[in-house]
Amino acid sequence: MTKPVSNCPNCGARIIFQWSSSVQTVCEYCKSILVRTDVDLTKVGQVADLPQDSSPIQINTQGQFANNSFVVAGRILYEFEQGGWNEWHIVMNDGTSAWLSDAQNDYGISKPLPAANLPAAAQIQVGQQQIWNGQNYTVSVITPANYRGVQGELPFQYWDKTVVTLVDLRSNTRKFATLDYSDEQPALYLGEFVEFDDLRLKNLRTFEGW
Amino acid sequence: MGTGAPTSGAPPKPEVKALQCPKCGAAIELRSFGHAVSVVCSGCHSILDAKDPNLQILQEFQRITADVAPLIPLGTRGKIRGTDFEIIGYQRRSTTVEGIDYSWSEYVLFNPYKGFRYLTEYNGHWNDVTVCKEVPILDPRLESTSFSSANYLGEVYKHFQTSGAKTTSVLGEFPWQVRVGEAAVVTDFIHPPRVLSREKSTEEVSWSLGEYMYGRDVWSAFHLPGSPPAAVGVFENQPSPASTDVKKTWAAFAGFVFFLLLLLVAFDLASQKDIALNASYTLKPGEPKGEASFVTDVFELKGRTSDVELTTSTNVNNAWIYLNYALINQDTGEAWDFGREMSYYHGYDGDGSWSEGSANDTVTIPTIPSGHYYLRIEPESESGHPQIVYQVVVKRDVPVLRIYGVGLLALLIPAIIITWRSMGFERARWSESDHPPAPILQREDN
Repeated sequence: MTKPVSNCPNCGARIIFQWSSSVQTVCEYCKSILVRTDVDLTKVGQVADLPQDSSPIQINTQGQFANNSFVVAGRILYEFEQGGWNEWHIVMNDGTSAWLSDAQNDYGISKPLPAANLPAAAQIQVGQQQIWNGQNYTVSVITPANYRGVQGELPFQYWDKTVVTLVDLRSNTRKFATLDYSDEQPALYLGEFVEFDDLRLKNLRTFEGW
Repeated sequence: MGTGAPTSGAPPKPEVKALQCPKCGAAIELRSFGHAVSVVCSGCHSILDAKDPNLQILQEFQRITADVAPLIPLGTRGKIRGTDFEIIGYQRRSTTVEGIDYSWSEYVLFNPYKGFRYLTEYNGHWNDVTVCKEVPILDPRLESTSFSSANYLGEVYKHFQTSGAKTTSVLGEFPWQVRVGEAAVVTDFIHPPRVLSREKSTEEVSWSLGEYMYGRDVWSAFHLPGSPPAAVGVFENQPSPASTDVKKTWAAFAGFVFFLLLLLVAFDLASQKDIALNASYTLKPGEPKGEASFVTDVFELKGRTSDVELTTSTNVNNAWIYLNYALINQDTGEAWDFGREMSYYHGYDGDGSWSEGSANDTVTIPTIPSGHYYLRIEPESESGHPQIVYQVVVKRDVPVLRIYGVGLLALLIPAIIITWRSMGFERARWSESDHPPAPILQREDN
């Protein structure tokens, strides 16, 4: 599989896409946020330096999930009252993409599920029950989060946010759901919590003294 | 990093940040690489906002709140379930039950890859605690303080206690907004050695799972000097030293009973049960002493030293006969003397028919060596008795059931003792709960 190659319209650096379906990327040299159009890349913004965070995962970390290997291609960094968390955009070797979230070293992998009739943000309350794919989920927390930045490749345009509302739903199993109210239309992600060891991650960040 | 500098593959190296307390100027160490939400100044014990580069003061105290010293110092590293964790935070919490304050310790443990874990300690009892990812299922019929049980990963946890917990002092850093005075309602459900805790604050409900740890295991995990404080009493999820043994003991008991039955059958089959002597004699009517004494034919008792069963069958009918036996070894002259009485009476009176005694008798003489033997028999009856015919049968190597009974008892007694001890442990456990057991002896009067 040849990876799409292009040049940064801002600084001219080579941009290599890990994933052919990536819509957005960040030039690792000049930090321009670049969006793919039909023919080339357009600079839509600039990433401020990401705050120092503490995820052991980084771009190009590799791992395994459900008999599929994956590589980390990008991320969105959020921040809320109790700290920050990362949604790492992972590209599976079957060509699909998913999200590996790391919230205070609790890991989960989720995928978007196209669903109609999702509840509006105003209708959501903690303790509410929802059923998707035959699984019961309970709203556990509604988090107003700050969008802090992006890195690498993303499957959609995501760069002009400030405050977003995310709703976490838990279940009696390891399955969880997230309702994302970043855009006009809510988006649903279904996922499951995973153990760090089960992901068999390689190319992790190192921590001094550990 | 300035723009233009390639940064891929070389993220900034995190390290223990050196910061200063805005109140007292003491150095503040952050050990959890940006995970900390609150950090406590080790000098003035002010609680600081670890997310704020200026470490804004969130809570300060007129006097030092914490005169407590954690048993495991902050910064200590230890191995829990194969992973290194560092103690980064400590809080003392307390609850008041029936006017008495109970305090316990909670340690925050951190690993940059695996995240957070907790250790709790009360009176020398430790628990290794993780936050639940799956939400336990509560009995839906009950609410708030009166949950009876919770189901977690297919196992039933029994409600143990619901109490209010208050944070009384804090040290180090925390991945949440910690405050002294913070209150929560803690509901514990147990399935020893595990405890499932539901913690409800004004903002949220969280669940955690603890597994009992012995102080000695904590001490060796963290390479601590000396020995851990002795555990006082029985803790809610402390594994009973006997409870695993109770089932095992009874399973072993059942196994042994089966084994005994096998032995019994095997020995019964293997027993010779040879009839060594079978002879009939008559005591003539009217002769109280009969023929005085006489001896039987010589018979051989074969095989290993074992028991001999002597059965006497008579035709006594409203009469009695007393037989004075001596089993004599022809070769050595050794003799075993014993007397047997057979009496059988019956009749009819106002209450109906009655009978007493038996015309037959069996006696076992243990450990008789092999050899040639004869019996000397001295019959006796009352004067004027009718003719009494009696048959004497001598059998060799008859299985004795009594030893099986003794074996059974020898196994039953320890099983009962272990069960009793386990029950005592469970009583001690539950006496500290919201569901204390009823006293063993309930007084009828009142």
